[in-house]
Amino acid sequence: MIATSAKVDRIIADFPILQRPTSRGKRLVYLDSAATSQKPQVVIDKLVEYYSQYNANIHRGVYEIAERATAEFEKARETVASFFNARTQEIIWTRNTTEAINLVSYSWGLTNLKRGDAILVTQLEHHSNLVPWQVLAEKTGAELRFIPVDDRGLHVLDNLDALLDGCKLVALSHVSNSLGTIAPLDVIIPRAHAAGGLVMVDGAQAAPNMPVDLKALDVDFYAFSAHKMCGPTGIGVLYGKRELLEAMPPFLTGGDMIRKVEYAKSTYNDLPWKFEAGTSNVADAIAFAVAVDYLKGIGMEWVRDHERQLVAYALDRLQTLESRGLAIYGPQDPDRIGDVISFNFGDVHPHDLASILDTEGVCIRAGHHCTMPLMEKMGWPATARASFYIYNTEADVEALIAGIEKAARVFKF
Amino acid sequence: MDDFYRDYILDHYRNPRNFGRLDRADASAEDLNPLCGDQIRMELKLNNRGVVDDVKFSGKGCAISQASASMLTEAIKGKSLAEIAKLPKETVLENVGIGISPTRMKCAMLGLKVLKSAAIGELAAWPDES
Repeated sequence: MIATSAKVDRIIADFPILQRPTSRGKRLVYLDSAATSQKPQVVIDKLVEYYSQYNANIHRGVYEIAERATAEFEKARETVASFFNARTQEIIWTRNTTEAINLVSYSWGLTNLKRGDAILVTQLEHHSNLVPWQVLAEKTGAELRFIPVDDRGLHVLDNLDALLDGCKLVALSHVSNSLGTIAPLDVIIPRAHAAGGLVMVDGAQAAPNMPVDLKALDVDFYAFSAHKMCGPTGIGVLYGKRELLEAMPPFLTGGDMIRKVEYAKSTYNDLPWKFEAGTSNVADAIAFAVAVDYLKGIGMEWVRDHERQLVAYALDRLQTLESRGLAIYGPQDPDRIGDVISFNFGDVHPHDLASILDTEGVCIRAGHHCTMPLMEKMGWPATARASFYIYNTEADVEALIAGIEKAARVFKF
Repeated sequence: MDDFYRDYILDHYRNPRNFGRLDRADASAEDLNPLCGDQIRMELKLNNRGVVDDVKFSGKGCAISQASASMLTEAIKGKSLAEIAKLPKETVLENVGIGISPTRMKCAMLGLKVLKSAAIGELAAWPDES
């Protein structure tokens, strides 16, 4: 049993959506936090506070509520910077992880890459950390290379030196969203640097689930989204080392990112505002800081530990169904995976399985998880995916198992 | 929803009718549901009166998409391309029943969409949206 269930009970009580039964009167068993997490009441309250008490545009107004909005917005940046051990001006607000990756691809990539250079990604990548590099390779003539993964979804680093030869940028996910694999960043980042390349990490699936110290990682760019870590949708972060960001041209241009504008030319604002053209997503940035403080209060070491124990428990329980046709994918080692487990059950297509689980209040993801090339390589048309977060319990795993058994009855085996 | 997976749906899923490829097709189309990866290909053979003489479908996906496609192939023999182009979404809905969610509706309609695409010679609209 997981020892800290009183703590989990208190966490569950913080999430209003988890107190509401489904339309069929079932308890909501939310096992799709890798797609987006639920939101605690404090985050929802902060959004209401901003809109009802000091809604104003930032960096412009000299009146009281505008000053308050600006102060809250910039304090939110400090909160996020401190949580990830970065400097404040290295935290750029974006819409989400995808926009952060595109920012690097367009701004850094178009400036620095040319024919003969290489970009190295992995076979595990989410489309958001693959398509921007395909486009960049096409625009610049650079070569796109892949770090292979084995049948269990673990990185194969045997030929890393050859892959890094001539490589200007390595872009990889910290934690795979479809198999849960934790990337060996401690190996890849120093070797990429030694070979003269930079490293961009897609942290969308790691930032919510484990302690991330950006300075210690020595990563050059790191991207994540608020909505997977108790925050609102529509706000994300690009972290970049200051000297790199300073040398990069703006991505989007317009208001707020300028220092001086003349009819013919303009000079640009300092970091981080150089990369934040137009009115920012003020409300969601402010509420994201509350989400970060909420997670800080819980403790990221505890979050990682809780998920590791839940993944271990779920793997044990799912393995009991292997003799009845359940196939588990990925590393199947709680120490090497984050918050997700992918699987299939007999000839029940994951969409049918997800629909049957839905009738029991159990929410899982089914499909290709935005990793179509990986699915193709592994020979899986699609998989079912359960993902765990701070508010999940062993009872949720049992509900998943009961739902799979119901699918076996519906499909008559 | 539970009765969504009626026995004949499971039967068509596990024993799809007219599954495979034709040696020579007079009309064909294929498409996928990007949301979930369901894939269907439809191939039609016409006789000298211009009506469907033989049909084969192939693909992969959930029980709803594959069974719907299988049942459609049984319903269109003897029909002209013009008749197929006009088949209403109810042709499928009658087979799979009601109570299907909007997302799963795409699974049910994929076979009909592909069939209509083959009939008109270009990508047809989603039958549940047109």
